[in-house]
Amino acid sequence: MAEAHRDTPLQRWFNRKGWINVTIATPYIWLIFFFLLPFVIVLAMSFATRTPTAPPFSFGGEYPLLNTDHYARLFQDDLYIRAYLISITNAGFATVMCLLVGYPMALGLTRVSKSWRNVLLMLVILPFWTSFLLRVYAWMGLMGSNSWFNKLVTGAYNWVVPSDWALRYIPMMNTNFAVVLVTVYSYLPFMILPLFANLEKLDRTLDEAAMDLGSRPARVFFDVTLPLSVPGIIAGSMLVFIPASGELIIPSLVGSSSRPMIGRVIADEFTSARSWPMASAVAVALLVLLVVPLMLYTYYEGKSHEKAKEEAS
Amino acid sequence: MPEPARAAAPAAVVKEPPFIRIEGVTKRFGTFTAVSDVTLEIQKGEIFSLLGGSGCGKTTLLRILAGFEDPTEGRIFIDGQDMTDLPPYERPVNMMFQSYALFPHMTVEKNVAYGLKHEDMTAAQRQARVREMLALVQLTEFSHRKPHQISGGQRQRVALARALAKQPKVLLLDEPLAALDKKLREHTQFELMEIQEKTGTTFVVVTHDQEEAMTLSSRLAVMDKGRIMQIGTANDVYEYPNSRFVAGFIGSINVLSATVREVKGDLARVDVPDLGDTVDARAIPGLAPGQEITLAVRPEKIALSRTRPEAANAFAGTVQSLAYFGKDSLYRIALPSGRVLSVNSVNARRVDETERVADWEDAVFLSFDPATAILLKD
Repeated sequence: MAEAHRDTPLQRWFNRKGWINVTIATPYIWLIFFFLLPFVIVLAMSFATRTPTAPPFSFGGEYPLLNTDHYARLFQDDLYIRAYLISITNAGFATVMCLLVGYPMALGLTRVSKSWRNVLLMLVILPFWTSFLLRVYAWMGLMGSNSWFNKLVTGAYNWVVPSDWALRYIPMMNTNFAVVLVTVYSYLPFMILPLFANLEKLDRTLDEAAMDLGSRPARVFFDVTLPLSVPGIIAGSMLVFIPASGELIIPSLVGSSSRPMIGRVIADEFTSARSWPMASAVAVALLVLLVVPLMLYTYYEGKSHEKAKEEAS
Repeated sequence: MPEPARAAAPAAVVKEPPFIRIEGVTKRFGTFTAVSDVTLEIQKGEIFSLLGGSGCGKTTLLRILAGFEDPTEGRIFIDGQDMTDLPPYERPVNMMFQSYALFPHMTVEKNVAYGLKHEDMTAAQRQARVREMLALVQLTEFSHRKPHQISGGQRQRVALARALAKQPKVLLLDEPLAALDKKLREHTQFELMEIQEKTGTTFVVVTHDQEEAMTLSSRLAVMDKGRIMQIGTANDVYEYPNSRFVAGFIGSINVLSATVREVKGDLARVDVPDLGDTVDARAIPGLAPGQEITLAVRPEKIALSRTRPEAANAFAGTVQSLAYFGKDSLYRIALPSGRVLSVNSVNARRVDETERVADWEDAVFLSFDPATAILLKD
C-alpha cells in the first residue's frame, strides 16, 4: 500500500522544480517552433538561388555558400525601396489616425459606468466576429464611385467648394487614402484595447490632485494622463504599425497597383515571379527594418526600469 | 441634535468670525444621504478633525470642501468668500490625499513645484519656495528622486510639502497618518503639529482614529451617519460626551440603564438595576424624577479595592478576568446581577503577580466619584 503512494522519481522531480521549468519553457518552445525555426528557414532561403525545380530554389552551384544577390537587388531596384517607403508611410499615417481616433475612445471607456463599459468594449471587439475579408469588401462597396457613400461625400464636397471645382465622384478606390482608411478601420481595436488597459489602471486621484493644485481639466490631461499613458500608446502603436506595414490584403484589394506596399511585393515575388529567395530577402529586410529597432527600444527601456528599481532599494 | 452636555468654552475662543463656515450642507448620492444638514464653523489656525467610522460622511464633507463634490444643499464659505460653486482649481484650498497621489512620473522637486506653475511668481521665487518646502519636511536631499524611490514616510512628507507649497488658506488632510506604521505615526503626528504651528495654516483632518484626532486637533467633530454628533475639544468630547454614540466611540465606557430618583443641586440620584443600588451622578439639565436615562462610567474612573471603601458609590463584584498591559491592567468585574464592568487600573507601582490588587475569582469592591459619572439622555 505504502509503495503505491510513493511518487516516482519523475513525479518528485516535477513537483519540486519540474513544473516551474515547464512553465518557463512553454513560451520559449512556442517561440522556437513558430518563430525562430520558420525565420531561420526564411533566412536560409534568402541566400539560396532560384532554380526551375520544385521547390524552386537550391543551394550551391554558382554560389557555393551564400548568394547575396537578392540583398544587393533590394538596393539596386528602386521598386523595393519605394515599396518600403510607401508601406512605412501608410502604416505610419494609419497608426497616427488610430491613435487620434482610439485615444478618446479608450479614455471614454474608462469614464463610463461599469455596465456601459462592458457593452462598449463588446462593441469595439464586435467587428472581429465578421470575416476580415468581408469587411474589406464592404469598404470596397462603400468607396466605389457609384456607391451611396461616395455620392454622399461628393455631394457634401460639391456643396462646400466653388462650382468650377465640382466633381462627379471622388476617386477613393485604388488610392493610398483607401489603404489608410481601411487599415485604420481594421486595426482600431488593436489601438484601443492596450490603451484602455493602460488608462484604466491610472489612479484617478492623480487627476484630482492636479486639479486641486490649480490645473484645469485640459491641463490635467496633458500633465498627468498623457505622460502616464505613454506605455499604452507605445503598445497600441506597435500593434498597429507592425502588421499594417506588412499588410497584404488591404493594399491588394483597395490600394493602387502603381504604388505597391511591401506585402504585395513579397507575395508577387513568391507567386508570379516564383523567386522564393528574393521574396525571403524582402521579408528579412522588412523584419530588420521594423522589429530590430523596436526590440532594442524595449530592451533598453527594461534596463532603465531595472536601474531605477536598484537605485530605490 | 443634542446640546453639548457642558457649555464649555472651546480652546479657540470664538471672537473673530469663523474662517470656514459650512452652512446646512447635505450631500445625497441617489437615495443615500452621505452628509446630512451639517453646519460647522472652524476658526483660523485651528487643527480641526472630522472623526467617525467608515461611511459616516467625513470624507465626503472633506471632498465638498475641496470642491470635488457639489453639495446637494447648503453653502461653503472660506475666509468670508462663498466657495460653493467654485471648481477645485479655483479654491484657496489644498488637499493631502490618503494615498498621497504623488505624480509617479515627476521627481519629488517637480511634484512640490507642480501647483506653483499657476501662481504669479518668477522662476527664482518658485525655486526658492520649493526649496523652502523641501527643507520644512526635511527632504532636500531627495529632491531628485521619483516617488517610487523613497519610503512611505518620505512620500507622506512630499505630499504635505506639495499641498503646502501654494500656501493655501486651508489644508485638507484625508487620513494623513493611516498608511504609516505605529512608531512613525506617533512621530509624524507631532511633526504635523509643528508644521501647522510654523505655517499657521488652518488644518481640517479626516480620521477614523480617535487617538489621532485627540492628539492632533484643537477641536474635533464626531460624525455618524452623515450627521455631526458633537463638536468640542478632545477633553470635552471625552469627559462630557452628549450621547451614547459619542461616549462609546471615543474610548471605552461602561453603559448602564438607570432611572432618575431625585435631583439635588448638581447631583442626581439614579436607580441602577444592574448595580443593584442607587448611585449619585453629576446632574445634567432637564432631568425629572422617574425619567429613563443612561449612566456611563469610563473604566479608568472606577476604583478597585479589596475592602469596602468609604465612598458614595460603592458596590461588590468578582474578578472574572484580567489583562495585564504593563502600564495598566484591565479587569472584567462580574456584578451579582450578572453584568460585567470593565475597570482600568494604572500600575503605578511595580507589582509582582502575587501582590496584585486583585486576582482571578477575587471578591472586590468598586467605587466611583459621582462627578466622573456621565448621564446621557440618548
